[in-house]
This record gives sequence, structure tokens and C-alpha cells, in this order.
Amino acid sequence: MHWTSLDTSIVIVAALGAMACALLGSFLLLRRMSMMGDAISHAVLPGLVAAFLISGSRSAMAMLIGAAVVGILTAAFTQWVHQLGKVEESASMGVVFTALFAVGLVMIVRFADSVDLDPECVLYGAIELTPLDTVTLLGKPVARSAVVLAAVLLLDVAFVLAFYKELRISSFDPALATTLGIHARLMHYVLMTLVAMTTVACFESIGSILVIAMLIVPPAAAHLLTDRYGVLLLLSTLLGAASAGLGHLGAIWAPTWWGFEDTNTAGMMAVAAGLLFAAAVLFSPRHGIISRALQRLRLTLRITIEDVLGLLYRVEEQGLIIRPGAAIELLRRTTGSGWLGRLAMAELRRRRCIATMADGLRLTGAGRRAAASLIRSHRLWEAYTARHVALPTDHLHHSAERAEHFISRPMREALAGDLDGVRTDPQGRTIPNGGTALDPTKAGA
Amino acid sequence: MNSEPQTDEAAFREGSGAAAVADAGPSAAPATFRPPTPATGEEHPADAPLSIHDMTVAYHRTPVLWDVDFDAPEGRLIGIVGPNGAGKSTLLKAVLDLIPIVSGRVTVYGQPYRKQRHLVGYVPQRESVDWDFPVSAVDVVCMGRYARIGWCRPVTRRHKAAAMECLDRVGMADYARRQISQLSGGQQQRVFLARALAQQAKLYLMDEPLSGVDAATEQAIIAILHELRAGGKTVLVVHHDLQTVPQYFDYVLLLNMRIVAHGPTADVFTKENLRKTYGGRLTLLDQAAHAMARRGRE
Repeated sequence: MHWTSLDTSIVIVAALGAMACALLGSFLLLRRMSMMGDAISHAVLPGLVAAFLISGSRSAMAMLIGAAVVGILTAAFTQWVHQLGKVEESASMGVVFTALFAVGLVMIVRFADSVDLDPECVLYGAIELTPLDTVTLLGKPVARSAVVLAAVLLLDVAFVLAFYKELRISSFDPALATTLGIHARLMHYVLMTLVAMTTVACFESIGSILVIAMLIVPPAAAHLLTDRYGVLLLLSTLLGAASAGLGHLGAIWAPTWWGFEDTNTAGMMAVAAGLLFAAAVLFSPRHGIISRALQRLRLTLRITIEDVLGLLYRVEEQGLIIRPGAAIELLRRTTGSGWLGRLAMAELRRRRCIATMADGLRLTGAGRRAAASLIRSHRLWEAYTARHVALPTDHLHHSAERAEHFISRPMREALAGDLDGVRTDPQGRTIPNGGTALDPTKAGA
Repeated sequence: MNSEPQTDEAAFREGSGAAAVADAGPSAAPATFRPPTPATGEEHPADAPLSIHDMTVAYHRTPVLWDVDFDAPEGRLIGIVGPNGAGKSTLLKAVLDLIPIVSGRVTVYGQPYRKQRHLVGYVPQRESVDWDFPVSAVDVVCMGRYARIGWCRPVTRRHKAAAMECLDRVGMADYARRQISQLSGGQQQRVFLARALAQQAKLYLMDEPLSGVDAATEQAIIAILHELRAGGKTVLVVHHDLQTVPQYFDYVLLLNMRIVAHGPTADVFTKENLRKTYGGRLTLLDQAAHAMARRGRE
């Protein structure tokens, strides 16, 4: 693989476009109207044709103005169809954007057949060609696309920074925003205009289909990773840039592993964004699949550890002793898995709560204190429910078996206070005094 | 915001009396049609916190509120009560200029609402916003101060401190940094109330602030509402629990597409008025309106 200045230029163009899309896409996501980006990116077609017919050129300025006008119209038409036609909002979007797209196609066929509009180029973009079309900036040749996209990105960033809190309130609670004099609908229209301009600016490089990926996927990934508004905007923009960089790397690099020629950068950008999203789904600290599985595992392990302690305490209470194999077998029956019991016993050994003697398992001093605290919770709960809830005695144990793991020290003492003077549980077993619970923060560490 | 019209309308169509009126005269524009309510318009006090003059509101062409004429007395805690689809939320939204009114006008302390926005605080229904939105409780409360902060200016530490004070007043200071989806329904409602407090308005319009909250939150919210009244504020509350009306509100507005009655709770909250509001949708007023609409068409 050779990295040339062409590659640098391509990545810069791709990153500028992806960042602009990801930033605005965040607001579409937060307003639960991500598909509006899809709608607008199609609906702008008649605007582009009209701009071409009026100005007679395909200059970026004319195209952006055409896009902006149609962007506003799309938003307005969608609103009207939704309200006047009593059609659901997503359906009205579908009606408007297909209609406008069709109008655009008719206009091309009828008036502008001679226009050099390569459909494939508009759909998938031709980012590999962008470095060839340059303008001179500060004495250096710069890709024309880069200049246009940088200007659009700058405009988007300026808008978001200037109306940072206005965008926040009109996205979150448009009704309140309006009563405060912040015209939520106006903000909506300005946002849609910018979306239209940004997508059009991206057509040449990223293409009209893949631009939708940049509008939706980085913000969706960012939303999984944070629950702060500002962080979300920043993270989404960075993920957009990362998709661009990784996408191009993937395009020129990955296919060579299997002996293919390099592939389309814009396509790989969408793939990269998708992979980043998948990574966010897996690894997100709060909502991620892995972190939730870990949390569940940690809880299950803590409960199993406490079950081992409780088991050994009850065995010792009866003057008996249990062999490790038998203990694991018992745990396997209650928890359904042998390895969890093994893991719990290993952890308890590591924390010096249990020890294996010649004749079997024994609690150490620390282990006995921890077990006593647990058994105390269990038996206090049984005694308490026996006193206050009309449950048959054989039902008490089941409830206590769950409650014992979640009764905190203050709760335990409140139970003891309520049961003032009671020393035994309903089955007549002694409620142990004191005891020191295991530090739950260390469990499973 | 968009779902509300539909629910109101759906309920509207269900009501037999209401449907009768709608069927009778879709061509009789609500703007020109006047049911035989007492003469109105002249005797409005000039400086009432809220004056609604002869207001009619329609979604599309289906009227939802007819000739609402009402002055809110100052420093009262006013309950707005009526069956589903009576137009209670619509009344608040129309006053706040969130939905267009077909006829009539609204003044706040003697001036058109648009000039007096800063005097009016609003608590929308809790279901009207997306609680997964990435903001914390204190961020939401700060929103109440956005008008005060001004366009394009950042939220400063001073405003955050003020927002924290409001959160503290509703007993939510400990939850300030929590993302709002991690709050319970009652806590979310308290955050909304704190946001309204942060607006420092003189007139408050609250849409079901007590719906779906636990008993403790209900008491906390009522305490705040009483505090507001003691501070000379006027508070209008859409309320759905008839049992607690006499206990919470000193003034009621009974609404079922028209005002059925309004006045001090002791005088107005009577069995007879409630029957008119809730029982048998085809009230005398509806019958009269029906008859007049039919005559108008002939």
C-alpha cells in the first residue's frame, strides 16, 4: 500500500463531509426524525435541476442555493401533508420526498437532458476523483470539494455553536421553546435547510445514498456512548471523521488481503461507520451488551458467594462438615451451573473467607463474620415477615432467600429494632448477632 | 405536540352530543356561530392575570373549544376540570399561542400574550417530551431561564445556580446531574415543576402536573403550588382527579368544550355542575346549539 498526497486529499474531503453530516444528523436523531435526512437528500433533486436551469452552470453556489430552497420546501410540505392530510409524519415524508424526486427526474428528462448528470456518480459519489478537480487557495492547489465542504462544515458548526441552547430546547421541548419566544418551527426550518445544503455538498464525494449513513450512523453510535448533549455532538462529529479515515484505509487496504484491487471509499466509509456503531453497541459503558452482561455476572457471582457462606454457616451450625465436591454439587443444583460455584469458592479462598481442611470446607474468622451478617439478614427477614405478613412458615424461607442479598446494614438494624427482643427465627434457630458483611465493591474483582 | 390534537379529536367524535353538533354544522363556521351563552366581552377587568375573550379553537374544521370567555382571578389556584376530550390541554395551548385560535383573543395582565410571554410559565404534559434526550435534570431546569438568558448567549454559572435552587425547592437537588430517563415519573414531574419555577413567571399554566405521580410527589407538588399562590402568583392546573379538587383548588373552571361553570370551588363544584360537565354529554347547551345550527342551515 502506498499512501500518497491523493489519499490525504481524499481523506480530508471525506472527513469534512462526514463531520458536517454527523453533526447535523445528531439533531435529526434527537428529534427522532433521522429519516428526514433521507427524505431531503432525495427531495433536493428538483432544486438542483432548477438551479442548473436558472444559472446555466453546475457551480457549487448555485447547487447549494437550489438545495436550500428545496430543503425548506420539503420541511414545509411534510408539515402540511402531515397536518392537513392527517397523515402520519413518516408517511408524509415519504409522500413528499418521492413526489419531489419524481418532479426532479421529469425536469431532467424534459428540460435538461443534456446535463451531464451521471446517476451512478450522484448515488455513490466519486470521491476518488475529487483530488483531480482543484482550485488554487493561498497559492496551493486544493481539491474543490474540500473547499466547498469546509465552507459548509464551518457554516454548520457556526450555526450549532451560535444556537447551542436554542437547538437543545427546541429539540427537547418545542412547545416550551415557543412559549419562551424561541421559535421552534423556525429553528426546524433552518436546520432542514442546512441538512439539504450539507447533503448536496456531499453528493459529489460521498454520494446521495451513502450520505444517509453519515447522517444517521455516527449520531446513533454517539448516543449509545454518552448521555450529555454537548458530548454527543462532539462525539458524533469525531465518529464521522473516524469513519472517513477508517473507511478510506479499509478501501485501499483491506481488499488487498484477499488479493483484490482497492474498493470504493464512500462505501467503505459506511461500512466503517457501521462497525463503529456495532462496537458502541457492544462496548458502551452504560447501555452496551458487554457491560450489561458483566454487571449481571457480577451480581450473580456475589449472590453465589453469599450462598456459599450461608451454606457453610448452616452446615457448621449443625455440627457437620461438608466436602468441597459436595458443596459444588449442592450449588450446581441451586444455581444451575457448576462453574459459578467453583468461581465463587475460588474467590472466597482468595479472600481468605474459607479454607479446605483435611476433613472438608471450613469458614475462617472473616468468613464466619460475613456469613453471620448474611444469616442475620435472612432470619431477621423471616421473623419480620412472620410477624407482619400472614404467610405460612414454609413460604418465609423463599422470600428471605432473595431478600438476604439486598438487605443493607441500616435496614437490618431497623428490622432488629422492630423485632425488639426476638432472638430466634420462626423455625426456632438463633439469629446471630453482629457480623460484618463482605464489601460488595470487591466482589468479583 | 402532534399527538394531542388526535386524542382530543378522537374523544370529540366519541361524544354523542359533540358529534351531533359537528354533524349539524360543519358548514356553519365556528367563527360566526354563537351559542346562547350570556353576553360577554365588555365586563373583563383590565388587569386580570389572564383574560380569554370569546375564544373558539378548532383542529382543521372540527371545533374543540367554543366561545370560552374567562377571567382568571389573581392569586388563585385554579383547577381546570372536565372529561377527556373536553379541550383542557387545548385551552392552555391556545392561550400560549401554540395552536391557532379561530376567533377571540387572549390578554395577560391587560396586554396581548405575545408581549407578555415573560410573565407566563408553562408545564407541558410529561408525555410530550422524549425523556431519553441526553440532558441532565439541571439542564432541563436551566431551560426555564433561556428567555432570560437571551438568544445565542451561553448558560452561565449564575443561571445554573438559580436552576439548582429551583431543584432544591422541589426536593430534587440530589438528582441534578442525573440523565432524565433515570428519574422516576414523579421525579420527572418535579423537574418540570422546577423548570417552571425557574421561569419566575406571575401566571402559571400546568397541564396535568399530578398525573402518574406517587402520593409523596403529589403532596410535594401541591405544597409548591400553595407556595406559589401565597406569593401572589396565579396558577391554572389541568386536573383529572375529581376527589381532590375541593382540597387542592380554591377556584375551578368546569370545561366540556364550553365553559360549564367557573367560580370559587365552594360555589361551583356542585353535583349539578359536575353532571352538566361529565354526565350525559348532550347538555342543554348542546341541544340549543344543535337546534340553532340546524335552523341556521335551513
